[in-house]
Amino acid sequence: MATEKRDDKENEAVKTDDGSPKIKPRPIVQLGIFLIAHSHVFSVVFSAAGIMALLLLPLLAKNTYISENALMPGSARSMLSHRDVSDGSKLVKDIKNLRLNHEGQGVEVQRLIGKYMSEMGAEVYYQKFHPEGNQFHPLHFFSGPDSYTLLGNVSCASYGVNVAGIIRAPRGDGKESIVLVTPYDSTNGGDYEALSLGIASSLFSLLARVTWLSKDIIWLVADSRHGDYRPVAAWLSEYHTPSFKASDLSKCDELNTSHSFRRAGTMAAALVLKVDGRSERFEDTLSIFAEASNGQMPNLDLINVANYLAVHRQGFYVKVEKVVSLLSSTWLKIVGELFEAVGKMAHTLNPDWNFGIPAADYLEGSATLASSLYSQALGIPTGPHGAFRDYQVDAITLKVSPRFSPDNTARQHEFFQRGAQLLEGTIRSVNNLLEKFHQSFFLYLLTSPGKFISVGVYMIAFALLVAPLPMVAASLYIDGCNALTKATHNPAENLKSWKWLDAAKQVLALHLLGFIVTLLPYFICQVPGEHSPTNRSIMWATTISSVLLITCVTIPGCSPFSSRLHGTNWAVLKSVTISAAFIGLCLMSIINFATAEIGALLLVPMCLMVRPIKPDLRSRSVKSLLRSLCSMVLVTIGFPVMFFAICKGLIGEGLVGLSLGGEFWTWLESLWAWKSATYLYIGMVHLPCWLLCLCILFHPS
Amino acid sequence: MVPVTDSGVPSVDPIMARLVRTWISLLILQSFLVAIAFGSEEVEEFSEALLLKPLPDRKVLAHFHFENRAPPSNSHGRHHHLFPKAISQLVQKFRVKEMELSFTQGRWNHEHWGGFDPLSSMNAKPVGVELWAVFDVPQSEVDASWKNLTNALSGLFCASINFLESSTSYAAPTWGFGPNSDKLRYGSLPREAVCTENLTPWLKLLPCRDKDGLSALMNRPSVYRAFYHSQRLHLSTVESGEEGLGSGILLEQTLTVVLQPDTISVEANIQPSWSISSLFGRKVVGRCVLAKSSNVYLHMDGLSGHELKSVDTELEAQKLWNNADFELSLTPDRILREINSFLLVFDIEKSSDSEPFDLGLTWKLPAKWSCQQAPLHASRFLMGSGNERGAIAILLKATESLENLSGRDLTNGCCTVKVNIFQIFPWYIKVYYHSLQIFVDQEQKTVIEVVKKINVSPSTDKMSSGMMEMMLELPCEVKSAAISIEYDKGFLHIDEYPPDANQGFDIPSALISFPDHHASLDFKEEVTKSPFLSKFKEKSLVRSYTEVLLAPLTTPDFSMPYNVITITCTVFALYFGSLLNVLRRRIGEEERFLKSQGKKKGGLKQLLSRLIAKIRGRPVEAPSSSTESHEARSSVFSSKLLFKIILVAGAAAAWQYFSTDK
Repeated sequence: MATEKRDDKENEAVKTDDGSPKIKPRPIVQLGIFLIAHSHVFSVVFSAAGIMALLLLPLLAKNTYISENALMPGSARSMLSHRDVSDGSKLVKDIKNLRLNHEGQGVEVQRLIGKYMSEMGAEVYYQKFHPEGNQFHPLHFFSGPDSYTLLGNVSCASYGVNVAGIIRAPRGDGKESIVLVTPYDSTNGGDYEALSLGIASSLFSLLARVTWLSKDIIWLVADSRHGDYRPVAAWLSEYHTPSFKASDLSKCDELNTSHSFRRAGTMAAALVLKVDGRSERFEDTLSIFAEASNGQMPNLDLINVANYLAVHRQGFYVKVEKVVSLLSSTWLKIVGELFEAVGKMAHTLNPDWNFGIPAADYLEGSATLASSLYSQALGIPTGPHGAFRDYQVDAITLKVSPRFSPDNTARQHEFFQRGAQLLEGTIRSVNNLLEKFHQSFFLYLLTSPGKFISVGVYMIAFALLVAPLPMVAASLYIDGCNALTKATHNPAENLKSWKWLDAAKQVLALHLLGFIVTLLPYFICQVPGEHSPTNRSIMWATTISSVLLITCVTIPGCSPFSSRLHGTNWAVLKSVTISAAFIGLCLMSIINFATAEIGALLLVPMCLMVRPIKPDLRSRSVKSLLRSLCSMVLVTIGFPVMFFAICKGLIGEGLVGLSLGGEFWTWLESLWAWKSATYLYIGMVHLPCWLLCLCILFHPS
Repeated sequence: MVPVTDSGVPSVDPIMARLVRTWISLLILQSFLVAIAFGSEEVEEFSEALLLKPLPDRKVLAHFHFENRAPPSNSHGRHHHLFPKAISQLVQKFRVKEMELSFTQGRWNHEHWGGFDPLSSMNAKPVGVELWAVFDVPQSEVDASWKNLTNALSGLFCASINFLESSTSYAAPTWGFGPNSDKLRYGSLPREAVCTENLTPWLKLLPCRDKDGLSALMNRPSVYRAFYHSQRLHLSTVESGEEGLGSGILLEQTLTVVLQPDTISVEANIQPSWSISSLFGRKVVGRCVLAKSSNVYLHMDGLSGHELKSVDTELEAQKLWNNADFELSLTPDRILREINSFLLVFDIEKSSDSEPFDLGLTWKLPAKWSCQQAPLHASRFLMGSGNERGAIAILLKATESLENLSGRDLTNGCCTVKVNIFQIFPWYIKVYYHSLQIFVDQEQKTVIEVVKKINVSPSTDKMSSGMMEMMLELPCEVKSAAISIEYDKGFLHIDEYPPDANQGFDIPSALISFPDHHASLDFKEEVTKSPFLSKFKEKSLVRSYTEVLLAPLTTPDFSMPYNVITITCTVFALYFGSLLNVLRRRIGEEERFLKSQGKKKGGLKQLLSRLIAKIRGRPVEAPSSSTESHEARSSVFSSKLLFKIILVAGAAAAWQYFSTDK
């Protein structure tokens, strides 16, 4: 931006110095002038290239590789014995029997697991926690995980009990630990869920007697009656930020928790194991979830190790989440076929050019990529592993779907063995690490379990998308200034440098409004009484509109509908809007790249296309009508609620009217509650920019 | 040795041998005479002992104890018979008054292995190397002596003890550590790996090395397979008091290992049976002939059910035999008893090559007991997350032994337990001492209420480490106490990072000691003045070390030097380029020159410029009028440029195509 401004000045200096011979500007200045002068062409070219680069990403994905040599996955033979596995089977059987006998007595199961753990030689303790965790609090938005504060009115009726066992490494120094988490719902968890305990128990039985451990192992059985995430987060916050004051939960002494909370050093990595549902495929399926809050990812090496061992040692079918509806989309298929054809042609030209991939692979890759992008952009963790990322611990969730029914005990043994061997290999690799994970990528998108796109590649698309913004802003500014100079003959008003001030005021006012809107949900939630999400969204909408109205009335020059002739020139307004959008997107790309990417896809065309609709309608030429129609459509899509509805429609859920509002509200609330930066982006960048585009669209010029 | 051959001169050998023998006996006689001549002087003594102790968690503790005593003598012209010369030179050179060096691997399990006996309070050491020394030099020379000592020990023990030389790694505790002295220096290296190359020089200090006696049991694989391995060297000087005599040195070398016997028994609740040969893979084939005493002790701790009040040792032994849950392969020579433990003494005098000493213990019945723990169990952990700040918390939890301890301080009518906490903070852990928070039984207390004495020396960045000594006074009925103190993490210079910097940085163990509590084992029917047993009789301070902590600091990406070089070069190039431009070009003058040219000569200027252009070989620049819009100008410019770019790109593509085809 700064360079562009300077370029403008120099450019004008060249122009206004009449009579004197021209000083040839420097090449970089020339290039700037050139780009600004042709901003229309370039903006089209860059935006198209940006979208193209995004579509090309599945082609550019590289195969993953294990970057840290110390990991050495699969180099050691598994030491898992039949005895260990039968330990696991016995636990599962005992739990089943217990559940048959006493229905609903949750703590019994925990006690049983604790007994098993201590028999294996682990240090066991129980931790009680409160199920309500994520509370709306506007001031604690970006603060780190805060202390485990409890609310005043604590009821002993509903609290969860986590069981954790620690195996101390025989010759280790106890500085580091590896965490294994198995969420288990003791009251209404299915039979499949109990299998995860079986696998973990088999593994734990093995680890209790091996001599190669250098890091302590913690097995946490999280009480997932109140969701997967909350118990893990509660345990982690007790681990890292305990409150030494007396907690109210200690009074609710259903369980004899004389055991104190124990710790085992800095966590090196964490694995969350879940077993659910029956695999649709012929093999057992392993799904890997890695996205934590705000698009943070664990180190790629951790995924690589798990993937390598699952595929090459244990023969699992490994997958990552994908957008299923994209698999059947025709246009993507066409694009894929096109790329395939281009790739084939390139291959015939030069046999070394092997960038083409089959259309089916492309389709799979882009569906996975879309899911990866979406999960990161949403900023909500995809599993309990997200809680670990808040403490800079690399964690992934491994969800295993066996291909047999849980009653089949014959197959169960083999399943336990494979699952435990997979975890053993992964833990052994992490155990080998001298340093914490740092060698491989942290910023990447997955297109398949074995393929990734690193930050250096995927940021090209974003850079191309936002590149036209400063150019167009500069050229619009010059145009606007020229128009203003022509319109006013008052030399006092001809002060060039202050022409953007009116527009800036308006932009600032609308951004302020966006800030207020961002804080509103907190206050709405404070409104006493129970409200449905729909009601809340209506409340929100009315407050917003009233605030908007007040802004328009009170602050002169901010009204989009005022018909003052000497009002701000729309070109200058658009220029400032675009600059603000550019700054907002660039900032967001640092916080959460995926959000910025999706946001740029929406904002950039809208900001670039939007023009006052009045003159276009007046001129009645086909071109201008088409232009106005385009900007209308883009502005409609750009409205967050509208976009949300379209997304829902794409996934396959139709929503209309008030239920849409309620749905949107719930979505927004969840974003807020999970402390997603996307919420801030929507409130403070996207919404003001959209409003400004609306202003420009209905500008009375 | 005299070579013996078949032929040659057979008569020479016996003569020679006789000569040598007489010579040796003469020598011995002479030394005796010398010893008699200086009648007051004691002789150098060496004694060895091995203590075996079954632990409640199915493990066995083996504690080797070697004591080497050099009596006070003239400091000049000193000759040692048994005492290692290296150590005595060390003591003389650096004027060491007392010193302890320990190499440890693994963690002492305070819960199962006890924390309230002399064995654990002296031998439970922090992971890695720990060194402390008291010097007998003027205050100003203490640091210099410490530095020299660390380097000397580093060479002696093949360990990186010399890292303790830098002032950022050691501290001078005043009262919180133990020996009250202002000439004490303390340092520890938590990351030092311990292996056989540290054990070998340690064994070299023994008169029999590991060739004979109890030290022959130290089979490296079995010793290093231990769950806990701590090798300690403690030396202290004994002042003779007499004038003209130097000071005597007492060198105490111990090796403590906790071994897991290979379980053959199927029954899970019976303790595993073991023997010396199964633990170490070797047997004792005789004592070290140079040792004054060499005994094997078996310590049966906390075994209840033996309410033996009999005074008669023989009868007691007989009863013990009949009642015991275990069976021994050898009968003990003596049985000593304490309040709730027994010490079985075995003399290895009789053992020989043909009849090696192999003590075995077989459990007949399942037995359960527990070792006495320190009054408070201490654990330490880091709080917070991120690379910016955090907090260190020390959690003290009351153990059972707190309730039935007699060593309480009953001042002012209320019973209190005193706890000393000694902690070193590396400089990159910048502790804020004002943020000290103390919670007793989950209630926050002010510092004045609980802390009786505190001594703090703040750290200086890259200069010295910080140290905190604190004495807490807690009520006897305390259940738990917690201390937390906040810190900021510092930034290190790039060359200060150790190898494997991404692992994090160690915060050395804190020492928790209980100044009111002393551990000692007083075996009543002590017959001999065994140095090992007298060591046990001494009252030793109950102390326990906390865990070593790992604090992740901000670490640069060391694997990207290329990127760093590139970006630095770019920045430098930009900087120098612009600076040169500013310095060299005079824009104002250039403009004036051009203006004056334009004013003076309209036609001539064009001619000149055309001439210059021809010389330079460039097309003449048309004097563009200012009214012309720059868009058109740049489009002309751009079409040329575009053409050039396309030309170059085409050439490149063609070259690529043809070159790869070959």
